[in-house]
Amino acid sequence: MAKTIRFTLDGRTVEAREGETVLEAAQRCGLRIPHYCWHQALGNPGNCRMCNVEVEGAAKPMVSCRLQPKEGMVVRSAAPAARRWQRAALEFHLVDHPLDCPVCDQSGECGLQDYYMDIGRYPSSLRDDKWHMGKRMPIGPHIMLDQERCIMCTRCTRFVSTVSQSHELGIFGRGHSQVVDVVPGRSLDNPYSGCLADICPVGALTDRDFRFQVRVWYLDEAESVCPGCSRLCSIWAHTSTRRPWHNQGRRLARLKPRLDPEVNGPWICDEGRYGFAGFDSDRLGRVLRLGRDAAELPWDAACDEIAVAWHRVVRHKKPEGLAVVASGALSNQDWAGFRSLFVDGLRLSRFLFAPEPDQVGAEDGLLRRRDKVPNLAGGRAFGFGAEIQSLTWQTLAEQIEQGEVWGLYVVDRDPLKVWGEKGRALLERLDLLVYQGPRKGLTGELARFRLPATAWLEEDGEFTDFQGRVRGYRRALEPLGQARPDWEIFAAIEAAFHGGGGL
Amino acid sequence: MTKLLTAHFHEPRLHELETYRGLGGYEGLKKALAMGREQLMEEMKKSNLRGLGGAGFPAGMKWSTVTPEAKDPGPRYVVVNCDESEPGCFKDRVLVTRAPHALIEGLLIAMHAIDAKQGFIFVRGEYQVQYRILDKALAEARSAGLLGERSIDLMRGAGAYISGLDTALLETMEGKKAWPRQPPPFPTAKGLMGRPTVVNNVETLCMVPHVVLKGGDWFAALGTPKSGGTFLFSVSGHVAKPGVYEFPMGTPLKDIIAAAGGVKGGRKLKAVIPGGVSTPVMTAEELDTPMDFEGPRAQGSFLGAGGVIVLDETADMVMVAHNIERFLAHESCGQCTPCRQGSYWYERILERGLSGGGVAADLETLQRTGEDMTGKVICALGDTVGVVTRALMKKFPEDFKAKFPERRG
Repeated sequence: MAKTIRFTLDGRTVEAREGETVLEAAQRCGLRIPHYCWHQALGNPGNCRMCNVEVEGAAKPMVSCRLQPKEGMVVRSAAPAARRWQRAALEFHLVDHPLDCPVCDQSGECGLQDYYMDIGRYPSSLRDDKWHMGKRMPIGPHIMLDQERCIMCTRCTRFVSTVSQSHELGIFGRGHSQVVDVVPGRSLDNPYSGCLADICPVGALTDRDFRFQVRVWYLDEAESVCPGCSRLCSIWAHTSTRRPWHNQGRRLARLKPRLDPEVNGPWICDEGRYGFAGFDSDRLGRVLRLGRDAAELPWDAACDEIAVAWHRVVRHKKPEGLAVVASGALSNQDWAGFRSLFVDGLRLSRFLFAPEPDQVGAEDGLLRRRDKVPNLAGGRAFGFGAEIQSLTWQTLAEQIEQGEVWGLYVVDRDPLKVWGEKGRALLERLDLLVYQGPRKGLTGELARFRLPATAWLEEDGEFTDFQGRVRGYRRALEPLGQARPDWEIFAAIEAAFHGGGGL
Repeated sequence: MTKLLTAHFHEPRLHELETYRGLGGYEGLKKALAMGREQLMEEMKKSNLRGLGGAGFPAGMKWSTVTPEAKDPGPRYVVVNCDESEPGCFKDRVLVTRAPHALIEGLLIAMHAIDAKQGFIFVRGEYQVQYRILDKALAEARSAGLLGERSIDLMRGAGAYISGLDTALLETMEGKKAWPRQPPPFPTAKGLMGRPTVVNNVETLCMVPHVVLKGGDWFAALGTPKSGGTFLFSVSGHVAKPGVYEFPMGTPLKDIIAAAGGVKGGRKLKAVIPGGVSTPVMTAEELDTPMDFEGPRAQGSFLGAGGVIVLDETADMVMVAHNIERFLAHESCGQCTPCRQGSYWYERILERGLSGGGVAADLETLQRTGEDMTGKVICALGDTVGVVTRALMKKFPEDFKAKFPERRG
């Protein structure tokens, strides 16, 4: 067992692990010491001077982010002297701060506001003009810089030098007139640039995507995981439903990393963060039969009709002629229902669950993984990718062409998009095309039956990441219209088959 | 009166190797190389030679805290801090201009003491002539074989005051922004490129050959019990003969001012800044203060780097404060918030006072925020911002009351 050091912080005995500073030990125990420059992943330069504490026997204040506790040390972070030092540091931070909270996106989650209310509350002594610097500078595709609000904690410059290692930001000039800015000729454009808005403790670096959309105190949050790739980073889903007219009517306001030392630490990538901007667009909410006799159906009727349609075809064609295309975005529960219906029930053998060509993308050593689908590992646990191998898009197209495949059941995939225009002819040859998913896509237009499924934020569920960890996520939003989780749909169809005596 | 560094300043060609050697130069190096390292350290410790760049850290002690080779094998460095930027100090400029070989000799002895193969002289960017003189002197010493296996390189600063601080200087040398490091670790454990490094001031190293030649006890006896040897005072301001004057440590302040011809134009002396602008002011009543590292401290000030600035009765202390704080605000490196924001806040308040907009409440703000800066930042610059004006306010309250009056309504 690692050595621990016991010291007293504000009357409480705290056990620090070896190498931990007073601030880190306090954070871990849920004791708050004000700080800006310290960040668990970016080090402790000790320049903000907010975390000054009183140490018994020490002549000078000590910054707790650099203070190694010693056995029996008595530290006070909330005593009057320590509070005066912290308040003074806060006052210095605010001397040239524009105090434009009413138009600042950081309002409500701003380190300056929080500490002012916690430990500040002093009357202003400033009688002079403030120093003015650059405002609303779009320094990259995702980040807006406001130099006046900057408190020079240097978290951002440390991030681009140590985490993204892209070095776009620097501190230019000296003293009170120095500014954070992009290096001349560059743009803040790296795969993790959105994290800068997270780590900026004030409104200096804000998210262009989220800017002016909704006040943070109108947001709700739910624990979730990012389905953008098989890393499955822990995230907070921030939703805006209390003021539907905000955020341009969109329910999902933003995704924020949720600290998870084992998976993603404090970061997520831009692909994941901004990949869900269209979460509410092209969505399905109605159960439909399409074609000449198009109609909206109740769930029961739709499931029965699908079973009947199946039986009608298999009277003269082989049952294996129905191929199933499944997305890797099914949850573990969905995979269970999927297997139960298609493998154990209908005994089908043609499955396609390999990613679409554009679901394979960039990988790096930090977080991003090559396959941009969340839960192929979950499918593997149910045999998909193990004893059941995936067809390729090419073979599936050929088998339709040759008439071996007479029907498709598509779950949240878009064959038409993959195959292009020749796909239309292929799909029109089919005797049965069922489409199930949260979004319509192109294929949804051609389906005989179109079943609305919930998207991941509208259900409780579990994914399995590429390392085999089961990762749960919570419902953040209500399902749209008639939409149901995929596993419920599979179960309902299976019941319809049983009812019709087909199995 | 004993003079060490300026003794031969009347020699017109002192900056040349031949003249310097003719006057006994590089004998100290020869003796040091013959001495064992331990004996050399012993002499240095006995000498009470303090760091003469302003901090006064005992030089022998600094050398002996360098992580020993056995514990941390690899290169170690000696860096000469020739980034003299303190307003009021110009002794290093004179030393390097007149006797560059004294510095090179001292540096070589220091390198021998800590077993460094590489030395650097970091020259303030504005010291163009001095750079050329050093460059030439180094070439002379090199071709005379005085460096032996050792190598010495020159580096130039880019004009930041803060680079004169040892850790900021090391950052600058590594090509980074001159932001002071926050010890520990100290440079003697992890300095330049993370290697054990001794950073010494020009004057400190120039003293070293004298310690070696005449012995630590002899050197210590020149000064006071805790500050050995002599010290170069840069005297400027309202004096008849401004210039660099060498006196033994502990010489009363009034003697130093008298040597510089006293207050110019027969006016009355009002105040003295004893060690460069970042040291707190002293009044005309404190002229008997012995000028060593302990004397001014008793008056709440510091010896600093010996930049004695004499102010006569015409000086307005608010203007003095504004001038100093404007400089410090301009030179604050911007790393720690209290100094970065506080120094400019100070400048604005004092400027408003000078232009007739001061109110009495500003004095409370200066007092309070000054206390909140001093001791709460990484380096000495931020400490200074808070200290300088508060000392002026304390010792010359009338000047400040006149510019920051109680106002009605």
